[in-house]
Amino acid sequence: MTLLAVDRLTTAFATETGQVTAIEDISFSIDRGEILGIVGESGSGKSVTALAIMGLLPMPPARILGGHIRFDGKDLLSLSDRAMQRLRGPGIAMVFQEPMTSLNPVFTIGDQIIETIRAHESLSQRQAFSRAVEMLEKVGIPSASARMQDYPHQLSGGQRQRVMLAIALVCRPRLLIADEPTTALDVTIQAQILDLLLDLRDEFGMAVIIITHNMGVIAETADRVLVTYAGRVVEQAPVDRLFDQPLHPYTRGLLACVPTLEQQQPRLQAIPGNLPEPARRPPGCRFSDRCSRAIPACQEAVPLLENFGDDHRAACFRIRESA
Amino acid sequence: MRRYRFRHSVLWRLLHHRLFVLGAILFGIIVIAAALAPLIAPLDPNKLSMRNKFQPPSWNYLFGTDNFGRSLWSRVIWGAQLSMFIGSAVVLINAVAGTAIGAAAGYFRRLDNMVMRINDALMAFPAVLLAIAVTAVLGPSVSDVIIALSIVYTPRTARIVRSSVVVLREMEYVQAARAAGAGDWRILSRHVLPNAMAPLLVQLSFLFAYAVLTEATLSFLGVGAVPPTPTWGNIMAEGRQYMTDAPWIITIPGAALMITVLGLNLLGDGLRDVLDPRLRIQQ
Repeated sequence: MTLLAVDRLTTAFATETGQVTAIEDISFSIDRGEILGIVGESGSGKSVTALAIMGLLPMPPARILGGHIRFDGKDLLSLSDRAMQRLRGPGIAMVFQEPMTSLNPVFTIGDQIIETIRAHESLSQRQAFSRAVEMLEKVGIPSASARMQDYPHQLSGGQRQRVMLAIALVCRPRLLIADEPTTALDVTIQAQILDLLLDLRDEFGMAVIIITHNMGVIAETADRVLVTYAGRVVEQAPVDRLFDQPLHPYTRGLLACVPTLEQQQPRLQAIPGNLPEPARRPPGCRFSDRCSRAIPACQEAVPLLENFGDDHRAACFRIRESA
Repeated sequence: MRRYRFRHSVLWRLLHHRLFVLGAILFGIIVIAAALAPLIAPLDPNKLSMRNKFQPPSWNYLFGTDNFGRSLWSRVIWGAQLSMFIGSAVVLINAVAGTAIGAAAGYFRRLDNMVMRINDALMAFPAVLLAIAVTAVLGPSVSDVIIALSIVYTPRTARIVRSSVVVLREMEYVQAARAAGAGDWRILSRHVLPNAMAPLLVQLSFLFAYAVLTEATLSFLGVGAVPPTPTWGNIMAEGRQYMTDAPWIITIPGAALMITVLGLNLLGDGLRDVLDPRLRIQQ
């Protein structure tokens, strides 16, 4: 059953040189209990999409030019600020990239978890306290009730990210958006946090959107994947399909960048060029100027997502002809 | 569980900051003298005694007497009480009003331009001139001096609070709190303002010094509290005429003023050294 449906979402930012489109025509949906991965380079519009869903885009300068975001049947873009505020936490929660700065340095972590609980539910201080301790134990903080008195600077990066998860999950959200939740952590801690995320998904039955540029994270966690490039979705597929038979040249390029154990490579393959600035995106297919398979037609029209069977969609003119 | 360690606390670091301790002692002397005024200065500061005028400092008159034979010891200490009262009142009003204005301007962008331009306009006047203008309108009395000084210094405090708030508003933990469903009021009161307290505290300690100094200036110029109320400015203004014959009349309240301002400035510097992590030097 569909929990969140984003339909042709387009947002822009007002800049000194005029309006710049950040994301264009982004559409996807996510079911209850599903984990959707969104991959793309920095600047491809992943975080803007997440903030738009949360209703946290700073407006101005941001503007939503079109599209709908439907969560649980409600159109989020037409909700009042108050209603949106009530939804954040118990409805949709978010975990940010930087665990070192995502906690308020002047309050104990216990205070911060309890504050979140009491913002949404009328519990006594004591009830909220035991609920917070319980949550800290769930996210794997040892001797949780003693740790409630700790200040953020007394915790390691991994522990802080666990606390962030506890804050996000303490109101039992139906959807969790994790924006690069493990980027700032080392690989061991990264694996632990991802495992934890999967466990918590199973326990709470919530849907999760994981935003990352790390294909490994996607392979490990996601059920379905959305590949974004320069503000557009270029490919969308169940995770196994995507890794087995990527269709879009950009996805293939991304996967070719991942080193494998089987083959010895002196140098990793890279996609030539850089992600274009939003104001200087090429006409037609956004990837055409970096694509090895581009033909003149690619510069003329924007390819739309086409279905290639089994919920596998890609936006490229060259797929059909080579097939 | 790791125990809270006193060695790393702010208080511990302050107590090991030599200049802060010196400032605290200097300012402390004045505060204690002001607080104990009825005990240590039992002589009425306004009691005239023409027989004893222009007595130099002695065991009978610790600070000597003035041109009306009033005990300068009593007058300076009661003057200290008034200075401390005015200083604390101005600091209190500033802390509340400056924080409110600064927080509103820094947090709600729509207010920012309007509020800060009014602020700039007020700050464009020299402090003493603006204070004189305000007391000229209100009339010279202690409460009017407090109002005048608050009008003069609140924009400065508001500016400092605003600049912290503008930075803090964009912090990740503010974003995170918003993502957890916190409203503007909660974000301001719990996540933004507590983190803006360090620079405000430093500013307020300097502000206390400015307030005392400007109050003395106003009463020296005759637009502060009305004589015979003993204030350091009044005493100095009267003593000015006898500077060559009875130099103690003007120098002693001057020294008290200097000790207060110096003490508060050292205190403020110490606070800034300890509270601002960017300035923290490896010791």
